[in-house]
Amino acid sequence: MPGPMKIRATLSGDYTEIRVLMSHPMETGQRKAQGKLVPAHFIENVTVKVNGKTVVEAQTSQAVSRNPVFAFRVKGGSKGDMVEIGWVDNKGESNKTEAAVA
Amino acid sequence: MLALRGAAVLGAAALALATASAFAQSERQEIKKYQRMTAENSPVELWELEGADLWKAKRGPNHVSLERCDLGMGAGVLKGAYAHLPRYFADTGRVEDLESRLVTCMTTLQGLSEKEATKRVFGNADKPSDMEYLSAYIAGRSRGLRMQVSTKNPKEKASYEMGRALFHYRAGPWDFSCASCHGTPNKRIRMQELPVLSSKQGARGTYTTWPGYRVSNSQLKTMEWRINDCFRQQRFPEPDYGSDAVIALTMYVAVNANGAVYRGPGTKR
Repeated sequence: MPGPMKIRATLSGDYTEIRVLMSHPMETGQRKAQGKLVPAHFIENVTVKVNGKTVVEAQTSQAVSRNPVFAFRVKGGSKGDMVEIGWVDNKGESNKTEAAVA
Repeated sequence: MLALRGAAVLGAAALALATASAFAQSERQEIKKYQRMTAENSPVELWELEGADLWKAKRGPNHVSLERCDLGMGAGVLKGAYAHLPRYFADTGRVEDLESRLVTCMTTLQGLSEKEATKRVFGNADKPSDMEYLSAYIAGRSRGLRMQVSTKNPKEKASYEMGRALFHYRAGPWDFSCASCHGTPNKRIRMQELPVLSSKQGARGTYTTWPGYRVSNSQLKTMEWRINDCFRQQRFPEPDYGSDAVIALTMYVAVNANGAVYRGPGTKR
């Protein structure tokens, strides 16, 4: 079961700063544990929506660290706008969460 | 002629010394910058979120949560609790730090045995421990508050004094004490500057950022772990979890840090 996520979205002048924390092992598929390769397990897609409209669509790879943190700047926005962020990994697992712009 | 050459060598040495100190200065600034950048994007809040859930989860044979646990500010009060720990608790008759107090609550409230409560206190990146989640959550509830650890109770005073004695106690195959690394300024291991924990300034910077998230191994480390690992690096025997010795050392550094604003849980290299 995927661990928690946390979004912080704050209005800053004419743009909205969105910051998201995700729990994920982000295994590269290169690491060995007890002599055996740990299978690759990483987030492949990240989608950011503001009020239901997709504003960021990102493809990520093994190069991203464990428990990744992403920050985006989106033009415009106003207080109370709902930001929804979701991810899908290479095993088909997914998670999403939402928060209002403060 | 000989004297002249001596003077030239001396001049070169002075020049080398000046560049070395300028280099150290810029190096230190770069390390500070790196520390700031990692702290800005720390996943430490994820540990706090998990800890909040664990605090409220009904667990153990008694099937109750930790929400009635008294961390010193009254049953269930989390705000400021960490900034006042370690402290003396009348119900157990001893000075306890956060982690040993949590063990007390797990045994008295939830009905776990001490062995069960301390079975897996240090986790790993794949599976952090309950204690790590709870430490992050509870410490976070003291963010922005001043460290105020008391030594008024005789047992608190005794713990502080024992901590100070242990800090300077040299032993083990390498004849090390805590003070060997943390007693004089300008020492470091690789990129890590070693804080002088017997000084107010050193203790403040360090204590107010523990527990901390280790970027290099993606884990949150607790204060008990930190002291445990210092013992390991000194080639001392491993201390018992929640033992008086570990609590005394925590007490020593915490009291030295009194008055500073707690900023943790922090982010480490």
